[in-house]
Amino acid sequence: MLRQMEKVGLQYLQPDGTLTPEGEVAWKPIERPLKIEFYKWMRKIRLFDQRAVILQRQGRIGTYAPLQGQEAAQVGSALALNREDWIFPSYREHGVAMIAGMPLKQILLYWMGRVEGCRPPEGVKLFPPAVPIATQIPHAAGAAWASKLKGEPSVAVAYFGDGATSEGDFHEGLNFAGVFRLPVIFFCQNNQYAISVPFSRQTATETVAEKAAAYAIRGVRVDGNDVLAVYTVMNEAVERARTGEGATLIEAVTYRHGAHTTADDAGRYREQEEAREWVELRDPLTRYRKLLEAEGLWSEAEERDWEACCKQEIEEAVRAAESAEAPPASHLFAHVFADLPPSLVRQREPLLRQEEEK
Amino acid sequence: MAQLTLIQAINDAMRVALERDPSVVILGEDVGKNGGVFRATEGLWERFGDDRVIDTPLAEAGIVGTAIGMAVNGLRPIVEIQFLGFAYPGFEQIVSHAARLRTRTQGMFPATMVIRAPYGGGIRAPELHSDSTEALFVHTPGLKVVVPSTPYDAKGLLLAAISDPDPVLFLEPMKLYRAVREEVPEEAYEVPIGQARVVRKGEDVTLLAWGAMVPVTTAVAEEWAQKGVSCEVIDVRSLYPLDEETLVTSVKKTGRAVIVHEAPRTSGVGAELAALLQEQAFLWLEAPIARVTGYDVPVPMFALEDAFRPNAQRVSEAVRQVIAF
Repeated sequence: MLRQMEKVGLQYLQPDGTLTPEGEVAWKPIERPLKIEFYKWMRKIRLFDQRAVILQRQGRIGTYAPLQGQEAAQVGSALALNREDWIFPSYREHGVAMIAGMPLKQILLYWMGRVEGCRPPEGVKLFPPAVPIATQIPHAAGAAWASKLKGEPSVAVAYFGDGATSEGDFHEGLNFAGVFRLPVIFFCQNNQYAISVPFSRQTATETVAEKAAAYAIRGVRVDGNDVLAVYTVMNEAVERARTGEGATLIEAVTYRHGAHTTADDAGRYREQEEAREWVELRDPLTRYRKLLEAEGLWSEAEERDWEACCKQEIEEAVRAAESAEAPPASHLFAHVFADLPPSLVRQREPLLRQEEEK
Repeated sequence: MAQLTLIQAINDAMRVALERDPSVVILGEDVGKNGGVFRATEGLWERFGDDRVIDTPLAEAGIVGTAIGMAVNGLRPIVEIQFLGFAYPGFEQIVSHAARLRTRTQGMFPATMVIRAPYGGGIRAPELHSDSTEALFVHTPGLKVVVPSTPYDAKGLLLAAISDPDPVLFLEPMKLYRAVREEVPEEAYEVPIGQARVVRKGEDVTLLAWGAMVPVTTAVAEEWAQKGVSCEVIDVRSLYPLDEETLVTSVKKTGRAVIVHEAPRTSGVGAELAALLQEQAFLWLEAPIARVTGYDVPVPMFALEDAFRPNAQRVSEAVRQVIAF
């Protein structure tokens, strides 16, 4: 398996924390605050993720999909978007959701099985997680299409994994994007496993990126653990979309450090040696922190302060989510229709009565 | 005999089928090396190899579609759809092809296959993993639909499904996967498709349920027995074809019926049962037939699933109403 992902695609920041010559060129023009922001988001997202796994183990949230290892792919891509851009995530994009403006409390509520976690704050164009694989891909194409028809400059992005590229919806979404030249980005985090099934079982092609050719859209493979390369590639894709150049399929090669969800055991199907290599030698945070420190942009003290600050924010969100009032049973009927038909009013009746009696 | 859980019994049925019939193959997502996300196929890949227990790409239409091709060309595929809520990409293949191939080819190319899918709520699963959509399939002519609620039935019904010449949708109530253990014979045996099971004999009211609602309903019957009301509990088990005789005979005896299912109410399988009973036992009925069901709302995320799923209290209240009528 390990050899399969030798070619991680475009890389600016090497695992040892040094920039390639092209990386130097890409690094220079980036504003200092943004350089630091990349790291801060990655660290916060990882801390949140680790906390969420513990919360699940303690029975305080339900089954959770960990993202550790994929922070660079999520941060690099999400920071290239604007507020008016549409985002159609899968169920592993908590990092993207945070950057888009989803409060931590609501991300937690979602994993507590609360529908409130599906609704973003006003003005945040973030769809709820697509649970059925690949179904969000045509949605993103459609939203992009509407922007184009309305003459608006916003783009749409669909986030999905390597498994999704086998579903019909992936092919149909990309095909529409090609035919109608839509301002959409298909962002595949190829973390190499669809639950237990390795990438070599999803497709006989060596990469996801090359599939773009079948729909006459642009395809790029990038090192998904290199936040700088991801950001650069995503920026280009967004720029092309905004200027009428059409869609891009980005394949960010990455690895999930943990299991598919907290209900899964990755030890059953992944070689320990492979996982160790990705966790210890190819981690997205380690290499970027080395770069920042070498450039004098980050220190041990800043690390400590930021970690404390994140942990406090996370704990406040946990408290807020856990103290959120439990929904009454009658909430089942909330928003099922704009106007509840009489038969549903009747079905709700006994529940409301019981709630009044309490 | 071994004491097995329902999921172990399912695993055992597939082991038997793979052993005795070289044309049987299993295909689905994560069914091989991982042994299935619920461990339904645990140990089978190691034992029978990658050509018979096949990890497929993540593509339900592809899985069901290729299984149809396999079936008409001499294999007996057992498809695992990871959760019933993710069957929809494969739905077209099931409805437009698997279900009607026998008819369309006038018996030449029947889609002899089994589609297994875990379904139903009560296990705090993530969104869309807990739907009960059996009615969609019962409403599709050409398909058989069965739901075991015990380990013994799980093995016997699955073996019957595998040897059945027609496509069978085999629904597995996740809530019961590891709920109880019971004696399950090691050898092959079949529980015939099309036969209901009388769980408990009674005289005063008939309670009809399937899947994870059987234990809920049985518990209510036991409660009422304490109060001197005798409930007959029937595990419908085969949703298509229905065991009309057992259901109708029971309701003619008791004169009262309560139907319990987890799926939403409108056009659920319970509506069909109620229509059947009033057609065939109208003059014997002492009270309107009651239904205790999920509500006509999207199956909620798990924070509210207990409010959605019928519970003992709701079933008991329905029993009280039909008795008091």
